[in-house]
Amino acid sequence: MSPPPPAIELRDIVKRFPGVVANNGVNLTVRPATIHAIVGENGAGKSTLMKTLYGAHRPDEGTVEVDGVEQHFRSPRDAIAVGIGMVFQHFMLADNLTVWENVVLGQEPGSSLRLNRNEARRRLSELSTRYGLHVDPDAVIGDLGVGSRQRVEILKVLYRGARIIILDEPTAVLVPQEVEELFASLRELVASGSTVIFISHKLDEVLSVADAITVIRQGKTVAEVHDPSTVTARQLAEMMVGSELPKPTTGASTVRDEKALVVSNLTLRDGTRAILDDVCLEARQGEIVGIAGVEGNGQTELLECILGVQAATSGRIELGGLDMSGVGTRVRREQGLGYIPEDRHHDGLMLSAPLWENAALGHQTQTPAAKGAWIDRVGLRRHTDKIVQDFDVRTPGVDVAAYALSGGNQQKLIVGREMTAAPKVLIAAHPTRGIDVGAQAAVWESLRVARAEGLGVLLVSADLDELIGLSDRLLVILRGRIVATLDPQTITPAELGSYMTGAHAGVAA
Amino acid sequence: MRLASARRALTAPAMALSVSLIIASVALLVSGHNPLRAYQAMWANVDGADGFVTVLNYGGRYYVMGCAVALGFKMNLFNIGANGQYQVGALFAGAVGGALHLPGPINIFIMVLVACAASSAWAFIPGVLNVTRRVNVVVATIMMNGVAAGLIGYLLRTKFRDKADVMTAHTRTIAENSRIPSLNRLLRLVGYHLPSNTFLQGYLVISVLVGVAFYVLIYRSRFGFDLRASGLNAAAARSSGVDPKRMVLTTMALSGALAGLAAMSVLLSEQYEYGDRFPALLGFTGITVALLGRNSPGGIAASAFVVAAIEQGSRGLVTVDIPQEIGQILQGTLLVAAVISYEVVRRRSQAATIREAARRTAVPVPGAAVVA
Repeated sequence: MSPPPPAIELRDIVKRFPGVVANNGVNLTVRPATIHAIVGENGAGKSTLMKTLYGAHRPDEGTVEVDGVEQHFRSPRDAIAVGIGMVFQHFMLADNLTVWENVVLGQEPGSSLRLNRNEARRRLSELSTRYGLHVDPDAVIGDLGVGSRQRVEILKVLYRGARIIILDEPTAVLVPQEVEELFASLRELVASGSTVIFISHKLDEVLSVADAITVIRQGKTVAEVHDPSTVTARQLAEMMVGSELPKPTTGASTVRDEKALVVSNLTLRDGTRAILDDVCLEARQGEIVGIAGVEGNGQTELLECILGVQAATSGRIELGGLDMSGVGTRVRREQGLGYIPEDRHHDGLMLSAPLWENAALGHQTQTPAAKGAWIDRVGLRRHTDKIVQDFDVRTPGVDVAAYALSGGNQQKLIVGREMTAAPKVLIAAHPTRGIDVGAQAAVWESLRVARAEGLGVLLVSADLDELIGLSDRLLVILRGRIVATLDPQTITPAELGSYMTGAHAGVAA
Repeated sequence: MRLASARRALTAPAMALSVSLIIASVALLVSGHNPLRAYQAMWANVDGADGFVTVLNYGGRYYVMGCAVALGFKMNLFNIGANGQYQVGALFAGAVGGALHLPGPINIFIMVLVACAASSAWAFIPGVLNVTRRVNVVVATIMMNGVAAGLIGYLLRTKFRDKADVMTAHTRTIAENSRIPSLNRLLRLVGYHLPSNTFLQGYLVISVLVGVAFYVLIYRSRFGFDLRASGLNAAAARSSGVDPKRMVLTTMALSGALAGLAAMSVLLSEQYEYGDRFPALLGFTGITVALLGRNSPGGIAASAFVVAAIEQGSRGLVTVDIPQEIGQILQGTLLVAAVISYEVVRRRSQAATIREAARRTAVPVPGAAVVA
């Protein structure tokens, strides 16, 4: 008897985006009823590959086979029709609806006029008991924690008949106990015949749960591990990164005595809940201060309060010795506050405006963007040309709209815009997220140079190697509080990770 | 490149115009009329000095009103209340201008100032409600239209009424020397004689100046940059230092002031008093014009004159016994078709731009041909 065909077989997948070949010959074979992990660095092409697999876009080259049959997905609908479901990192749930309502949304049982609630509840509880995905069908999503929401997302794809479930960085938002529960559910799924594809860059987790591992680097499959017990996390990391790749380092300390940024007793409340709880920190000139923390522990709000787009409940912020509490964002930026946003599409760019206008954003009151009350179009174009040159922004020109650029090139434009404005203080969130390795090195280099010239940086990043490599000092943020100050010279990513999840918090506090 | 973008800019309006002509023709056929005869009659009413001058006069007025509305649209601020704003402005300007007996130019200047200030103040109220109480601007401005109607009705029949006229309610008529002169004399100087009873309004000069000012403000000034940034990406504008509350207040005030200025074309160039005969729906025409013109100075100009021409043309339909409402069908379908075709063309050109950028910046892949 021949073995069953693979659940998924991808051959030589190529997918190009403006300026970037995101997938350049990816091969992937997933045996049925296994947990298959895909690992790779940020920007290695994992999410592009997954989008190909669930039909969000079509590959430029290569073939997709599901259960031995070649498929050409035109939309996610086609993918779900053959049993492929995707659970996104960012949940797509309606907060004001109940669990069962969210699960059946778009697939309601009953006639078009009448919704069969009992049928919906029955099928949902059947699924949740079978796979150990415990959640109250009548709870309102808004009241649920992150772990429960994720279970609802998984139930959603199961309800739609998925047998092959893709999870994109599912543990990024979970605390350790929740991770264990999730893994138990995944094993349950596999035991009953489903196939799970698990994307992650947390190698210890991958090794503990996966039956097979595919490593992707720079858009290519570089290794297939059929028996995870034969490799170590370190070996996996080497395969992911490749030995020749640059590492973030900053060299000798350039820290001066003058304080660039001082945050004292900063508190931000939403109702009674403290999002930021008495945060005190400072960055001196020539110092990079890293903020480590699991996403959603107040990093975003901290940066927003410093930028002045979010008003703190109490506390004080000083830039270069000047009190900025109660002062608007514009004055702060004119004082030399640079900002690299967490989500460039949310508040970093005007996507439909040309690059040269985007290059003025945040600096529109200063030279070279402005001359008095007017925009200096000539000066601004020249300046944008320089950013494009110096930061290697791949674009046909500065008149092209920002949406025409790939994410990495958009990011380089933003970094270029902020660094060429010679800031005194830079607040940066994930400055190298989603950009290719070469560009990453260029961003690190520009931070290094600016640091040597006296720039004070507050750096938030999910990339622990980046945080450890660049920072002069590391602060750990947990539930809105700074819980530890660590020395990046001596800490390992694993230790840092345990501080971030609170496993070490008792010791540090 | 430039040619391609010009073609792109014209594709959408051309598509929209054809679609609306087809729909209006169907409406005509269904109601038993010959579309060709209708369009002939409409053209006949626009063609000729009299019709043409009327189109210019109305177009100039719609242009300023279109700019008033477009200013808000540029930052996604939907000032649907221009209608109430210009009427409040016109009422106060009419009352002040009718009562004052100052030298003409000074009087005109004061009236324009009063109109802009009153309209601006009326627009400012929904702005304040929005930034302090988070009241939706669309809802607040629409409701302020109703409030304006009540306030105007009251004031026009009490304090501001010209007591000399017992038949109709209006403000006192503005003195001859305080009106904006027509351009007929100027035209005669260059050898162009308009028929009697046809006046090319001097207000047209103001329209042109407003257009230039609108362009300079929106596309060349720092304020305009902030305004457009707020419209393109409010969060990004905020992070860049734009104070969103102040932006809403400033834009509402400016938009209202322009609406008041638009009303001056009627008050100072046509009727010389504010009363029941004053056009009642200029603000809504302004919305149509701004939408059709895509909020760009040139686009608004084109759409202002197209709308004025359709209106003037449909006045000629009576001569061939066709209901004038066909003009409204044409205008309405034109608006809907334009909004749709702009969106279609926008998506196409966006996709084309991305493809083009991808082609010109693609990294050659070893062993694989780059598909152009």
